[in-house]
Amino acid sequence: MRYLPLTGDDRSEMLKKIGVSSIDDLFKDVPAADLNPEIDLPRHMSEMAVERALSKMAARNTAAGSVPFFVGAGAYKHHVPATVDHIIQRGEFLTAYTPYQPEIAQGTLQAIFEFQTQVAALTGMDVANASMYDGSTACGEAVLMARRVTRKKKAILCGSLHAHYARVVETMTQYTEDVVVTQQAQPANPQAELDALIDAIDDETSCVVVQNPGVFGHVLDLTPVAEKAHAHKALLIVAVTEVMSLGMIKSPGEMGADIVVGEGQSIGNGLMFGGPYLGLFATNQKYVRQMPGRLCGETVDSNGDRGFVLTLSTREQHIRREKATSNICTNSGLCALAFTVHMSLLGEKGLRQVARVNHKRAQDVKLALSAISGVEVLNSAYFNEITVRLPGNAADIVEKLADKDILAGVPASRLYPGAGMDDLLIIAATETVLEDDIAALATGLKEVLS
Amino acid sequence: MSMNTQGRPTAAVETDGQSTAFESFSGHRGLRLAEPLIFEMDREDTTGVDVEEVGDFDLEIAGLGRDSKIGCPGLPEPDVVRHYTRLSRKNYGIDMGPFPLGSCTMKHNPRLNEKMARLPGFGDIHPLQPISTVQGALELMETLSHWILELTGTPAVALSPKAGAHGELCGVMAIRAALEARGDAREVILCPESAHGTNPATAAFCGYKVKSIPAKDNGRVDIEALKQSLDDTVAAVMVTNPNTCGLFEDEVREIADAVHAAGAFFYCDGANFNAIVGKARPGDLGVDAMHLNLHKTFSTPHGGGGPGSGPVVFSDALKDYVPLPYVVKTADGLTLKEHADDKDPSMGRLVAFHGQMGMYVRALSYMMSHGSDGLKQASEDAVLSANYILASLQDVMTASYEGPCMHEALFDDRFLKDTGVTTLDFAKAMIDEGYHPMTMYFPLVVHGAMLIEPTESESKNNLDQFIRSMRGLVEEAKSGNVARFSGAPYFAPMGRLDETQAARKPVLKYEAAE
Repeated sequence: MRYLPLTGDDRSEMLKKIGVSSIDDLFKDVPAADLNPEIDLPRHMSEMAVERALSKMAARNTAAGSVPFFVGAGAYKHHVPATVDHIIQRGEFLTAYTPYQPEIAQGTLQAIFEFQTQVAALTGMDVANASMYDGSTACGEAVLMARRVTRKKKAILCGSLHAHYARVVETMTQYTEDVVVTQQAQPANPQAELDALIDAIDDETSCVVVQNPGVFGHVLDLTPVAEKAHAHKALLIVAVTEVMSLGMIKSPGEMGADIVVGEGQSIGNGLMFGGPYLGLFATNQKYVRQMPGRLCGETVDSNGDRGFVLTLSTREQHIRREKATSNICTNSGLCALAFTVHMSLLGEKGLRQVARVNHKRAQDVKLALSAISGVEVLNSAYFNEITVRLPGNAADIVEKLADKDILAGVPASRLYPGAGMDDLLIIAATETVLEDDIAALATGLKEVLS
Repeated sequence: MSMNTQGRPTAAVETDGQSTAFESFSGHRGLRLAEPLIFEMDREDTTGVDVEEVGDFDLEIAGLGRDSKIGCPGLPEPDVVRHYTRLSRKNYGIDMGPFPLGSCTMKHNPRLNEKMARLPGFGDIHPLQPISTVQGALELMETLSHWILELTGTPAVALSPKAGAHGELCGVMAIRAALEARGDAREVILCPESAHGTNPATAAFCGYKVKSIPAKDNGRVDIEALKQSLDDTVAAVMVTNPNTCGLFEDEVREIADAVHAAGAFFYCDGANFNAIVGKARPGDLGVDAMHLNLHKTFSTPHGGGGPGSGPVVFSDALKDYVPLPYVVKTADGLTLKEHADDKDPSMGRLVAFHGQMGMYVRALSYMMSHGSDGLKQASEDAVLSANYILASLQDVMTASYEGPCMHEALFDDRFLKDTGVTTLDFAKAMIDEGYHPMTMYFPLVVHGAMLIEPTESESKNNLDQFIRSMRGLVEEAKSGNVARFSGAPYFAPMGRLDETQAARKPVLKYEAAE
């Protein structure tokens, strides 16, 4: 077996040194009846054989890069520079552990410090942590944090918060004291949805959670939400599932957010069928000690040189156990590194440029689809994603377009089944979409509808 | 051609030993390169990517443009490559040497697994694209599930939890859901004192009070004390097996029976499953729920702190409560159940999409490479290597418990008594020996714990060299050479870092000097 260095002779010598005659003497604490069960699985395989078997499975999937591709709704296909994957595959990063021994983990730690600085800047907040599992769990953690900060229990989720995020928040709070109220989504009337949210805020409210751009693509001014929330001593939590939008749209911090959570996948990370991704979590300085997750901070070493360490760990489970701010331990280290490397290449300038291309592509899609009879675009303000009303069942239409090798988007019914949204399709267009792809989508859709 | 133009090979020169005391002009010290933050490189207004020009057009963003400065520098590609390469050289990874970090299972990360995860058919598929276009992905999830079920001897698995602690949350939520379904409100979860911190934190997350159960002198759960604590208020017992002292709970079946007799559930923290893969199956031992750390047992890379992946296996009693989504077989092939109907007892959704696909591919690649025979051999080699270390060091260090141990050997600091050297100092001195230190001060049940997990990835030569280093350090400590330890590390990229200062006045991001 190619990964196991010990030889038969080594094993014999080692057993002799230990003073036992067989390996099973070392397993004597396992109940004898349960030791060495029959395992009905194949024997070991060569590298070539494994590669062949897995490649066969992979070939049964339609890769995003091989077709006109417009699928978004919380995960986005962007171009990731080759440098990013090269850096994160360096063994010193790939095969390192959590940086608990900072003298030999400054690479990881400095990269986290850069990540925290980038995320704080992008979200317009004071501080960010070292990343969470993904955007949805970060969102759940934010709701829990708002209760700790405000000592109130009612969280209000806006209707255009990604359905999966809302479900995750509900799951995470089902056995806590939190009371979660989810508002009705109004894909065709985002302002009415926002107004209803503002109306719902009262003195019992711990936080409101708003996604911007919303899951249907609408871009909204959240300043009035922040004002109302703050007047009632509630926190505004803003969820961003498309971080590329932060290169064009006013930041959540500028709109008055108290906590910003996000899915960072768009920068540095591939689609990967939904994971691993990275949750972003940023807040204001005064709430730092209520934050969940790992934090990296600056300090000095014994020679007075600047260095970095994990810090404020008295919030965390390995110190505080049942009194910790969260049970989270692992973060998304390598995904955060990918984010940081990609972001270091982009910079503010590149991010703004890529964001413009995204917005332009979405405009082009909007224009092309608006021209099709029976298709109605619901968005007036948007970033790189729009929702269209189709003259038919969107899931069926998506399936027919998939047969033509066009992946047209996410039927809203996949996220909101039974909610009367069967004719809605959420369509994303990033910088990876070409003019030809848009033409193919428009032509394909016309054919399917005719 | 500038190389050695005089044609003379270089030769070693004798030095007076003082010449290394100078400061270099660059701030670097040879290959120990000083590296600033990207924010200190004066690249505020540049970018390292070439983006297509789209010309002028009107934005449709309701006037909500981002007019203020963001403040993220963009470096040219050569600078980015160099910056992160230089940073990487300040890290220690498994690729560089033995990494005997107990409980963390730092085993070899095969590169085949990286290659497989990057196949476009896995790496470049969207979680919400039509099910008909991802049949191979669902097949992979189904195949991985089959391997996990077979290795654990359980009837159901939830793949989606993102890491070990997230798996614990999934497991304990299933327990609470099952109890509520039978109208049985219980309020307590029992954890041994030696438990990982995530266990009590998870119990609290699910609304339970945590009660501690004591250990016996031999490092195992005190089953008599456990039985006394078991009553109809106890929802579950969370036990790590093999436990955090590196020992197999030899009375595991009795624990399971007692827990079940009390109407409670047996949660097993599977962080140490790597010791018994192919040797024993948790399902056979009476476990109701157990998470696996794919990033430990099945070698998906730790990546400097994640991402992890924490699938949870369930017994028949809990399998109805698994989270969404999960793969279902139909006449047309495989599909995903993504939403619960009214009658569905599922605990709900734990993550936005389907979990850590990238980790599933790597883990399955690892499993298929090893096969049933190789997985069992890997467990045996891990246990053999840990016992070899125990046998080779217990005459000079103080083993906390009598062997045999499982995949890790636990020592405490009694052997350092009166030397002036602490466990922390000892660990830092190991850095100077070229090793990543063992886990220190965990588990909490022994004083100054040193938990050594060699894994199956080390050759006998490596183990022998490690043992020689450890024995040498023990001798140094006992001979009174305190400075070698208290000032360590001397040969790392940095000297010992001041964690107290970092916590007292937290600086959590770069801010330009005014």
